[in-house]
Amino acid sequence: MAEAPEHAPKVAAPTGPVEPAPPADAAVPVFITSLQNAVPGGVAQLSLYLGDWTVIVPASHLLAAAQHLRDAADCAFDYLSDLTATDWPPRAEGRFDVIYMLYSTRHRHRVRMKVKIGENQPLASVTGIWPAANWLEREVFDMFGVNFTGHPDLRRILMPEDWQGYPQRKDYPLEGPGELLMENPIDWLKLRQARDEADIE
Amino acid sequence: METPSTIHGAMFDTSELVINMGPQHPSTHGVLRVILRLDGEKVVDAEVVIGYLHRGIEKLSENRNWTQIILLTDRMDYVAAATSNVGYCETVEKLMQIDVPRRAKYIRTVLMELQRIASHCLWVGTHAMDIGAMTVFLYAFRERELILDLFEEFCGARLTYNSMRIGGLPQDIPPGWDKKVLAFCDIMDAKVDEYETLLTHNRIWLERTKGIGVIGGAEAAGLGLCGPALRGSGVARDVRKDEPYAAYDEMDFDVPVGVAGDTYDRYLVRMEEFRQSLRIIRQATEGIPEGPIVGKVPRLIKPAAGETYHAIESPKGELGYFIVSDGKSTNPYRFRVRPPSFCNLQALPRLVRGHLVADVVALIGSIDIVLGEVDR
Repeated sequence: MAEAPEHAPKVAAPTGPVEPAPPADAAVPVFITSLQNAVPGGVAQLSLYLGDWTVIVPASHLLAAAQHLRDAADCAFDYLSDLTATDWPPRAEGRFDVIYMLYSTRHRHRVRMKVKIGENQPLASVTGIWPAANWLEREVFDMFGVNFTGHPDLRRILMPEDWQGYPQRKDYPLEGPGELLMENPIDWLKLRQARDEADIE
Repeated sequence: METPSTIHGAMFDTSELVINMGPQHPSTHGVLRVILRLDGEKVVDAEVVIGYLHRGIEKLSENRNWTQIILLTDRMDYVAAATSNVGYCETVEKLMQIDVPRRAKYIRTVLMELQRIASHCLWVGTHAMDIGAMTVFLYAFRERELILDLFEEFCGARLTYNSMRIGGLPQDIPPGWDKKVLAFCDIMDAKVDEYETLLTHNRIWLERTKGIGVIGGAEAAGLGLCGPALRGSGVARDVRKDEPYAAYDEMDFDVPVGVAGDTYDRYLVRMEEFRQSLRIIRQATEGIPEGPIVGKVPRLIKPAAGETYHAIESPKGELGYFIVSDGKSTNPYRFRVRPPSFCNLQALPRLVRGHLVADVVALIGSIDIVLGEVDR
């Protein structure tokens, strides 16, 4: 097909999430000020939306920030609720956001920690801090292709092991790779070969 | 698969045996595959293989409009569909800052607690059957049927309800339905005691569950266990109490916690949850206020750009939704579910290590998984 595909997006793809800065009169919770004091440069940006606090942490400070958030008495985020990613392909500063939903069973407060990374940029694994991250990081690797360094067992988890591509990326078609690869027969043959071999085994 | 190695130091040299359990195995409650490495009858290590039921609900949801997603959430935890529905609708309501009328909140609470009892009935039945007590299964399914009848009367469906709308409910409760719910509570009170007479002091049950899969509170929290599996280890974490949603802030109920963190305590916690759920249902049903059932919802559902995470307590544990809206299109930019079963299943290798093969079955039952939710 030479002409533009029918399903071309009608609006330009968004270049990033909306991260409104907290209003000037908002009281910053103690766990954020504690993190700012303990890890210099650990908080690149702060955001407050619908009552949820988000701290944006540079990838280089991830482990130090995570360690502090878990261990400091006024943070005590001992529970990793969720770990996921979002994909913003056109964004200049790196296409992925890796998001950590943290909860403290002692203080009963929540915070979101966010790290922005590029397509081929590895990120330190937090499995040493929260063992719960093991499968969650595997899922992010499976769906987005984010590489976590230091992960004990980084394999696909939901998709078959020989799967090509990362399904939750925005440039991955909803119908799967079939039609895409039909236009590129060499890749398609490779995929079929890999599948046949997996069957024989 | 690695080649079996030989273990020295035992009285006899025994070689390690690798066996495969599932994906089609009656005790795995769906399509779950567990690869067990055994030394004699002891489990040395286990590897969990999932993904057999992966339908890409998250990806699919990013290509459906906001209302169409409600019925996809039915297909995650299909034995507690109403809870998933409420979780999703509340997240969108939070994102759009819609006020839900109190009547709708109360009816939602009743439905969610009925659903919790139905889910726990299924759990106690299958868990006991895995361990060898057949009778409980028949008893529990008898009562679950009563709840399904109530749901059928409310929304016409028995398994996948699609029973919520963003901003409220699709329809009001039928006349006389609340009386039937209260009548069910009276029946159920006696039935929970009946299950307990069959199991709680049963010698075989105690032998099979006490001291099996012990996990401490701090370790359980670190591993991401949630719901009754976490409370069995003594951590009083319940989203209904800690971050109240629906009408839970107006309800009076207790959060049962275990002490030992073994299979037996997880069982006791869920049995007590039956009673607490009945308590909540009675309060909520008797207190359903008059008023509208749907809040002020715009004709076109299109939240402003932004993101939010909202969690509720499903029968399995913390069910969270993380939704990102770009504010331009009529579908979510990112739709993420935090599935409680997935996070609980992650702890299975840790729990089974050192126990017998037969205990693996007891432990899979004890963490109460639904594969539709694990794989999504």
